[in-house]
Amino acid sequence: MTGRAEHRRRSERDAVISGIGQSEVGRRLGRTAMSLTVEACLAAAADAGLTLNDIDGLSTYPGGVMDGLNPGFGGPGTDAVQDTLRLDLNWHSGGHEGPAQIQAVINAAMAVTTGLARHVLVYRTVWESTAQGSGGRQGMGGAGGGRARMAGSLQYLLPFGAVSAANWLAMNAQRHFHTYGTTRETLGEIAVNNRRNAGLNPKAIFRDPMSMDDYLAARMISTPLCLFDCDVPVDGSTAFIVSHRDYAPDVPNTAVGINAVGTALHGRPSWDQRPDMEESPLRAAADAMWARTELTRADVDTAQLYDGFSIITLMAIEALGFCAIGEAKNYLEGGHRISLDGELPLNTAGGQLSAGRLHGFGLLHEACVQLRGQGGERQVSGEPEVAVVANGGGPIAGTMLVTRGVS
Amino acid sequence: MEGHVMEDIFPVRVLPTVDRQNRRFWTSGEEGRLCIERCTDCGAWIHPPTGICSSCHSSSVEPTVVSGRGTIYSFTVNHQPWFGDIGPYCVVLVDLEEGSAAQPLRITSNLVGTDPDDVAIGMPVEVFFVRCDDVWLPQFREIR
Ligand SMILES: [Zn+2]
Repeated sequence: MTGRAEHRRRSERDAVISGIGQSEVGRRLGRTAMSLTVEACLAAAADAGLTLNDIDGLSTYPGGVMDGLNPGFGGPGTDAVQDTLRLDLNWHSGGHEGPAQIQAVINAAMAVTTGLARHVLVYRTVWESTAQGSGGRQGMGGAGGGRARMAGSLQYLLPFGAVSAANWLAMNAQRHFHTYGTTRETLGEIAVNNRRNAGLNPKAIFRDPMSMDDYLAARMISTPLCLFDCDVPVDGSTAFIVSHRDYAPDVPNTAVGINAVGTALHGRPSWDQRPDMEESPLRAAADAMWARTELTRADVDTAQLYDGFSIITLMAIEALGFCAIGEAKNYLEGGHRISLDGELPLNTAGGQLSAGRLHGFGLLHEACVQLRGQGGERQVSGEPEVAVVANGGGPIAGTMLVTRGVS
Repeated sequence: MEGHVMEDIFPVRVLPTVDRQNRRFWTSGEEGRLCIERCTDCGAWIHPPTGICSSCHSSSVEPTVVSGRGTIYSFTVNHQPWFGDIGPYCVVLVDLEEGSAAQPLRITSNLVGTDPDDVAIGMPVEVFFVRCDDVWLPQFREIR
């Protein structure tokens, strides 16, 4: 293993997040993906004190070709956005094969640190609520309509009525319950926590209080996952400007440093073929990230961990080492540790479960908001300095440690 | 193992695109048998089929008949009406007996004929097939 992560230069520290922006977020907004995207991008550039003329890089996830399986999943690709905004670029990239959604930000940081670009605009747009709105959330591949045939790895899942990530991740949850004695209440602590935080976020979708009893009474989607274990599809776009750290002194708001990234992927990148499905593929990425920093878990002031489904968050807490694999039941008991005034305030804007499925980018946005001290009613006390963000968690994952000011 | 064909629990299924690579996996059910790709050089099982052995990188791989018996590694009972109101159905991950803990030989399928409340990890199961157009989908039932 010599020559791997621990010996690499930590070039990501030459990049900062100099600006953040987010469009209107809501259900069935009826706006186009491009309209949402432009709103977020212009907001991010302005927030960074830049004009579009300063932007010389463009990056997105998953790129413009991903709408077929899951309507509204992909926003506009980089070519469409470059054309609409008439950007002149030195570097551009869009795609979905990499360390989950956050790969678009990591790629931007690499472009900046290699000198290919100075200010990269990074965005992620979803409009699943409008695209799938009238009929509710859909299964993949047109499950109800007997649409196209399926090639690739999904052909081994979809024919069996396993047509949603809810079905696939339910089987991770079932394993975790079986092996470690985890219960629905354990997952419920995450859902209840996120809902409580959403009540303090004016942009969140679900803001009404939810008790553990409310959670346990919710209808089942795919055992053991109930409705409140699943995130809520929304329309919205989130954007960042990733700049070289040289620009940090000129950033109008607080620059957010990129301290370390975790991009490793070990084992099979598969929903159903990983030998130990109690464990997140985030484990390897998290280990790699911790090997790239002198910061420790005790330094983390808030965690913004992917919650497309509550079980992903549970496995992320374990994979990042906030507790041992299989210990989440004890760690989450009562929900105190992950509450706003706990030791690891989790998904402080309400996460995707309650604030809306901004697909990873909403979580990095909230990490920046907290590090900049702009959380309003939901601001973590004591001026948080370090946040950890995790994205993905099904077959692939990526993670990032960010700091208030340059790292 | 009697691999006879039964009525399908789904009104409609998303079906695989049958090609040279996956043909035996999706059609050997016509003969009542389940075939998984296997390396003829080192004996490793390969699923999904890729045409290359992941252990020794040999291209000498062949669809090979397995017993069709295994145990439930994990499962979920789906309640969301993706297909309209067809009631709860059970998706299972079956670890076939030809695999090992470190290198499971696992396929996703359905468990049919067992009350959803009675499904359990570790339950022994055996394959049967349902025909949908040109594919024979492996399904499993409990070995009682
Ligand atoms: Zn071999």
